[in-house]
Amino acid sequence: MSLVVTPGWYMTLAAILFVIGAVGILTRRNALVMFMSIELMLNAVNLTFIAAGRAIGSLDGQLAVFFVLVVAAAEVVVGLAIIVAIFRRRQSASVDELADMKG
Amino acid sequence: MLELIIFVLMAAAALAGAVAVVRARNTVYAAMGLLATLLAMAVLYVVQLAHMVAAVQVIVYAGAVMTLFLFVIMLVGVDRHEDTRETIPHQRRMTIGLVVVLLLVIGFVVVNGSFDWIPVVGAPADPQLTNGTVQRVAEELFTGWVLAFEATALLLTIAAVGAIALASTRRRREES
Amino acid sequence: MQDLLWLVIAFPLAGALVLHFLGRRIGEPRAGYLATLAMAASFVVSLVAAWPFFGGEAEAYRLVMWEWMPSIGASFELHWDPLASLMALVVTGVGALIHLYAVGYMHGDPRFSRFFSYLNLFAASMLALVLAGNFAMLFLGWELVGLCSYLLISFWFTLPAAAAAGKKAFIVNRIGDVGFMVALVIVFGAFHTLSFSGVLDRAQDILDPSTATAIALLLLLGAAGKSAQIPLYVWLPDAMEGPTPVSALIHAATMVTAGVYVIARSAVIFEISPIAGPVVATVGALTAFVAATIALAQTDIKRVLAYSTISQLGYMFLAVGAAGHIAGMFHLMTHAFFKALLFLGAGSVIHGLQNEQDMRRMGGLRKQMPVTATTMALATLAIAGIPPLAGFWSKDEILGVAFARGGWFGFLWVIGLVTALITAFYMTRQFVLVFLGEPRWADGAHPHESPRTMTIPLMVLAGLSIIGGFVNTPFRLSLEHFLEPSFQGVDLAHPSDDLGTFLLLAVLSVGAGLAGAAAAFLAYNRPTELWERFEASFGKLWGWWQKGYRVDDAYGAVVVAPGKKAAETAAFRFDLGVIDGLVNGIGRAVRALASRLRPVQNGLVRSYGLLFTAGVVAVVTWILVRGA
Repeated sequence: MSLVVTPGWYMTLAAILFVIGAVGILTRRNALVMFMSIELMLNAVNLTFIAAGRAIGSLDGQLAVFFVLVVAAAEVVVGLAIIVAIFRRRQSASVDELADMKG
Repeated sequence: MLELIIFVLMAAAALAGAVAVVRARNTVYAAMGLLATLLAMAVLYVVQLAHMVAAVQVIVYAGAVMTLFLFVIMLVGVDRHEDTRETIPHQRRMTIGLVVVLLLVIGFVVVNGSFDWIPVVGAPADPQLTNGTVQRVAEELFTGWVLAFEATALLLTIAAVGAIALASTRRRREES
Repeated sequence: MQDLLWLVIAFPLAGALVLHFLGRRIGEPRAGYLATLAMAASFVVSLVAAWPFFGGEAEAYRLVMWEWMPSIGASFELHWDPLASLMALVVTGVGALIHLYAVGYMHGDPRFSRFFSYLNLFAASMLALVLAGNFAMLFLGWELVGLCSYLLISFWFTLPAAAAAGKKAFIVNRIGDVGFMVALVIVFGAFHTLSFSGVLDRAQDILDPSTATAIALLLLLGAAGKSAQIPLYVWLPDAMEGPTPVSALIHAATMVTAGVYVIARSAVIFEISPIAGPVVATVGALTAFVAATIALAQTDIKRVLAYSTISQLGYMFLAVGAAGHIAGMFHLMTHAFFKALLFLGAGSVIHGLQNEQDMRRMGGLRKQMPVTATTMALATLAIAGIPPLAGFWSKDEILGVAFARGGWFGFLWVIGLVTALITAFYMTRQFVLVFLGEPRWADGAHPHESPRTMTIPLMVLAGLSIIGGFVNTPFRLSLEHFLEPSFQGVDLAHPSDDLGTFLLLAVLSVGAGLAGAAAAFLAYNRPTELWERFEASFGKLWGWWQKGYRVDDAYGAVVVAPGKKAAETAAFRFDLGVIDGLVNGIGRAVRALASRLRPVQNGLVRSYGLLFTAGVVAVVTWILVRGA
């Protein structure tokens, strides 16, 4: 590997961050931490978009990130409202207790 | 050269933050870890000439979203310590397994360079094309992507209204 | 009138249906009279329809009622020729008398009307059998009479013995029926039709000897089942569990003669085969002899008659086997008269002694039951072949045919002659034990003569037993001329025309009969201890005869026991174990699989997330590696 930082490096970093985010979802029980892991994954994707856009020489990557940002923000708003509502009911933020759909 | 140093530093920071999110017992520490990752990402965006996006990242993500997160952490119980025992059998083992596989795949791809439409090794294209200044972004956004723009605006409105509805229904019922 | 031929079957069938559904309301004894009336009506129609044949008309009449399966030549069609008319007259005539008798015999039975419904159904089935115009309809009647036999034998089904006897009859019959069915298959294979006109008229052109032999021997198997010949006779003695009118009608006069009828009807086929005829005759002669020996030692009044029936049927088989079809049918007719009479008389005795059937507890009944005694005496003389009663003429004609054909049949003639002697012996023995000597019956039994509904048929049948033989004496072969048209194309065998031979044979057979009768009379018309000693003097032989050579035990060990074992294995080890095990096992397996899979749906987000991730990893890996 030559020591020029190519978009590939950024993508690799993004991939690793994505994996860490996935681990976070699967491993943690606290709803808020799970949410934060999701944000982590979204950020990894954003990084991938930027790097890809740069690699093919188009601004579309950055525009995509822009929209991801917006939608993520909306998602966080609604998601946290839901968590608050659930917390009010159950006094616990553990997702393992939300198992009413058990088959 | 400069880019390399910044990359390494910021990558380390991002990774450290990510690990903190996943491993911290205290929820606030996890939030701090996420903040660190977000800021590191912003720097990486700047390095890649995505100036506008970096700014928005800092303002919206690191600013508003994290603040919201911290508020909710406060509501939900800031000093609660989570029980770290895993309740679902095999969950940890399976997760580790999957992670290993994923990392191996990533490694495989990286080493082989099998993306033939993304040059992993090689110089990036002309930087001027992807210079993400506000002006350039605005040009693209309000011409080619205006429909998506309006749609996301609508989405934000709906989200805001929805959040208020979710959060306030309880209060109205409590008052009556 | 011949257009209305179907009424012959319809009358008893209608009677059966009416009595089945409305019998309880019609009530006793009107139900019985209704059934008798149906039989009488059938008799009248048969008589009128047969009138042309009496006048020498030789053309058979065919009436197709419904095209059932024309492609294989199976329709509801009637074939009316002298042979069929003779059978029909015997069935309806003797049947009507027995129906009348049964009105008195079954008095007080709670299922009175049901009995007559079954009797009428039987008659309808038997008439369908004899009037059938093709083998399929014949087989239909064949099976139905088997069914009716089962229903009537086990009429008092609450008695275990009766139920078992009905079952035995049906099952043994079934074995014969297999032979019959295979024969029909071969017939269809050769002729591509089952109608008589298609088969019998063309038999000589189409059949080769080996196929004909196959068909004939298989038909013999079926006939042996229905007509109780060796080896399928074991059901008939047990069938005596049924009410006596049933024994008289079905197991003496009509159903058991169906086998003889079938062989006579298929005469052309038997003629083409070189060995079928001798086989039939040998089976008949052997059965006649063996059954007669068994009858010697029986103590139940009806069992003697059962074995006697088997023996006399053997004579009929001897006749048709030797191509003496006229002789066989003649004996069928006379036998119907005197055997029905014997059974009805026995029923009268049983009725008079309140259901006593053991001859050792009878005796001296001639004083209390004179009509019964007289008629039974006449019947005994008839069956022993004493002239001028009917049995003499028919039995002698059979023996005459065998003698005339000579060779192997000559040997069979000897057997027949010896059997005649034994027949006379055991029938006289029966008469002496029941009606002569000192009374041996239990105290409290008050034997009395039977009512008129029972004695009138006895007298009519006695009359027929006296004059019935005159239809076919060597001096005036009326029956032969009557039946000849039915046997066109068949080389009928006759006794020798020579008067001298006739006299010689007559002297021999009458002598044998008288000798047997006299021996029995001398042996049994004595105090009890003396004839008991006489019986004991035969030693173990008497025991063999009494137990019927233990054939039933042999069948039980060789056929029934393995059959039961196989059934048990199939039911319990295979059905319960394997099949149920398989089905239950599938259920268990599904349940086990389900309980293994259920933890996947634990409602926890993180579990589902794990599954998602695993799927994503798989897809991504596959895409990336594939692109490598």
